Amino acid sequence: MNDFTDLYWRLDATTSTNEKIAALRDFFAAAAPDDAACGLAVLCGGRQLRAVSSTQLREWAAAATGLPPWLVEECYAHVGDLAETLALLLPAPAADATSAPPPGLAEVMRTTIHDLRGVDDDRKRNVVAAVWRRLAPRERIVWHKLLTGGLRVGVSRTLVARALAELAAVDPAVMAHRLMGDQVADGAAFTALLAPESTAADTRRPYPFFLASPLDRGEIDAVATALGPAAEWQAEWKWDGMRAQIVRRGDDITVWSRGEELINEAFPEIVAAGQPLPAGTVLDGELLAVRDGRLLGFTALSKRAGRRRVTKKVLGDIPCVFVAYDLLEADGVDLRDRPLADRRRQLETLVPHAFDATLADPATADDGRLFLSPLVPGDSWPDLAARRSESRARGVEGLMLKRRSSPYAVGRTKGDWWKWKIEPLEIDAVMLYAQAGHGRRAGLHSDYTLGVWHDGKLVTIAKAYSGLADAEIVEVDRIVRATTIEKHGPVRICTPTLVFQLAFEGVAYSTRHKSGVAVRFPRIVRWRRDKQPADAGSLADLERMIAAAP
Amino acid sequence: MRDLLEVTESGLYCPQGDFYVDPWRRVGRAIITHAHGDHARGGCERYLCAATGMHVMRARLGNAVAIDTLRDGESLSINGVNVSLHPAGHVLGSAQVRVEYRGVTWVVTGDYKLQADPTCAAFRPVECDVFITESTFGLPVYRWQEPAAIAAEINAWWRANRDAGRTSVLLAYALGKAQRLAAMVDPSIGPIVAHGAVMKLVEAYRASGVRLPSIDRVPPRARRVGDGRALVIAPPSVQESSWLRLFGESSVAMASGWMLLRGVRRRRGFDRGFVVSDHADFPGLMAAIEASRARRVLVTHGFTDTLARLLRERGYDASVLATRFTGEGEPDKPEAGEVEA
Repeated sequence: MNDFTDLYWRLDATTSTNEKIAALRDFFAAAAPDDAACGLAVLCGGRQLRAVSSTQLREWAAAATGLPPWLVEECYAHVGDLAETLALLLPAPAADATSAPPPGLAEVMRTTIHDLRGVDDDRKRNVVAAVWRRLAPRERIVWHKLLTGGLRVGVSRTLVARALAELAAVDPAVMAHRLMGDQVADGAAFTALLAPESTAADTRRPYPFFLASPLDRGEIDAVATALGPAAEWQAEWKWDGMRAQIVRRGDDITVWSRGEELINEAFPEIVAAGQPLPAGTVLDGELLAVRDGRLLGFTALSKRAGRRRVTKKVLGDIPCVFVAYDLLEADGVDLRDRPLADRRRQLETLVPHAFDATLADPATADDGRLFLSPLVPGDSWPDLAARRSESRARGVEGLMLKRRSSPYAVGRTKGDWWKWKIEPLEIDAVMLYAQAGHGRRAGLHSDYTLGVWHDGKLVTIAKAYSGLADAEIVEVDRIVRATTIEKHGPVRICTPTLVFQLAFEGVAYSTRHKSGVAVRFPRIVRWRRDKQPADAGSLADLERMIAAAP
Repeated sequence: MRDLLEVTESGLYCPQGDFYVDPWRRVGRAIITHAHGDHARGGCERYLCAATGMHVMRARLGNAVAIDTLRDGESLSINGVNVSLHPAGHVLGSAQVRVEYRGVTWVVTGDYKLQADPTCAAFRPVECDVFITESTFGLPVYRWQEPAAIAAEINAWWRANRDAGRTSVLLAYALGKAQRLAAMVDPSIGPIVAHGAVMKLVEAYRASGVRLPSIDRVPPRARRVGDGRALVIAPPSVQESSWLRLFGESSVAMASGWMLLRGVRRRRGFDRGFVVSDHADFPGLMAAIEASRARRVLVTHGFTDTLARLLRERGYDASVLATRFTGEGEPDKPEAGEVEA
């Protein structure tokens, strides 16, 4: 698996898209077809088998190193990555380990991972120990991640498709198309994947998405000054969903995410809902999860998005709809240069039912899951501002403002599409516990548990991964170390000294925290160096926010 | 019986001898383990250091201060306490301080390493009753490669950069690491150039008789330096400065023990990280502790709690020596040479 290990570390060492593509291309060009197919499956995030639990791995590593388990845990807390921790702790590979030619990725996956499923723990342990003796630390890290099914590589499917497209000298969209459907199972399938461009035209390609920009200032006067007369603007709700296009051409129907990944498999009900559309139609819109007349929000939706196979249970638990807000192609004609107002008129005839979360219940709906994004009425900025203030109650993030005369542009072109988001709720909270982060923040205390005052004590309300600048995290890390009262494994309890301004999208009663409340999407906005813990907010402040919500 | 050394407001103090080891405040008599800024501070009336470290100490503390020296193995009686200095292998002139009074011996290691280093005398174990050890890399994940293997990695990186017409910038602490790296690399690959802060100590090393390859100083008001073939050795503080622009297209690497961790490498944003440390790795710490034959071990400066707990489990009378260096595993902490350079 040398080729794959080299690829992993090359990808790890760079943030440049071009270098990542070059690394992928080199891997696919050099690897044996079976190994390339195997690597492709891993890179595309196909479901990974988990042959051994991380608990077993820690226990065996502790035994192999002769270190007490608590020390292995302390090392893990410091390193921030279990696969790496164990790779570093284990004894150096046997001196003769390098003499035999190393097995390829496909063979490693088969003999030391797939074949381990279902065998008894002693056999697993023997195989694992044998591999440990053979591999150097940099190889062990990759293998540990494969073994526990936790390998994540910082490349998107799109990037993989681009690399393969370069190698095969075909258009990237064609390659993305070829990567759809069943996994590339073996070397023969991989070789077929790289065949030169076929004659059949690619009918699935979506249009590049047009992206809205946030308004710098949300005050009504600032908005009015920046955008001019309200009558020139079309207002819609800003949904907390997932941007997508439905592409209906010929007999084909495809659903694409904003990352231009095909998501047909994750959203089969949306594919079905698009079937009645006439051929030569492209809709731009938003996937939303709705149940019992209520929007489920992005978190629920993201549980759907990552899947290649969706079970009946998941379909029932997180039912989805598509809310269309633009028509990019009709009767096979590209409409993007037409004014939004025209496109909207055509869209309304094609998709007549306006979306209403309280009525839409996809679990029982017969009339499909395809809706029109309703317009938010308002002739003046004060009218629209009043509607915007309903956002939190409606479970949306604010308003979208689109110039009625605007074409559908490419990328984040400023001027015609704006997000007018509501201001988050905020409270000043005190840092009580800190924990070292993972990945780039390994060994740095960057995850904080925050509290507010209640009856003269500080009670926890939220855990926030730092929203601070890198230099501030380093500074806070030093304060954490200097003010530690107690250590519980990786968690440090600190003397309360730091006050952070915490922003969040909502607050509700909950049993998760000692305070009895929980906030939604907490993030640190800034470090209030000007405030002492005594100046922080209280539980009563949060309860007032709960009372103010519908 | 009262301990021979104890921690006071001003640092580690010997009441019987009335002297301090690496004090952090101005005191009368200071014995200095080595010249890094967090160990050798200015303002004391009198200093004592290893003879080999004299030039480096002067480069750091100036020519005006009063410095006495001891040769390797030579001992001095201070108020009846026998004091001697023994190589610690950390940087040029670094010493373990051995103090002995009425048959009881303590050793303060300062910072040390067991790895070979062509620019300073090798660590030599000193038997004692009480061993005060550093623990900067006191977790078993920290194990160093052989220096020859690291040198080969650095040379390969330099050569590849040179062939691509790209300057190689290697960041390292100005005192010790920088000179060690200059002595480790293959000077036939291209010219070696150093930042002024590094150069000052290169001169002190040369004055002490350490052989180093030819190294050019970066001229103070240069606009453009080199043609992409050079290896530039500079303190880490230049990473964010415009100084690096002098070299045009460059690859910036950091040489530090912390570079062992992938998360740290990614966070610090260097193009490359080379795992080179002047501190003992975990096996090195354990070997040094064992070689001291001490029953009592005091752990300072690093992963103190962890190492002390492990040593207790292994039968030592071990505890944490609470100094002001309470930092533990701080990959982002600028070290002495870096701050002052």
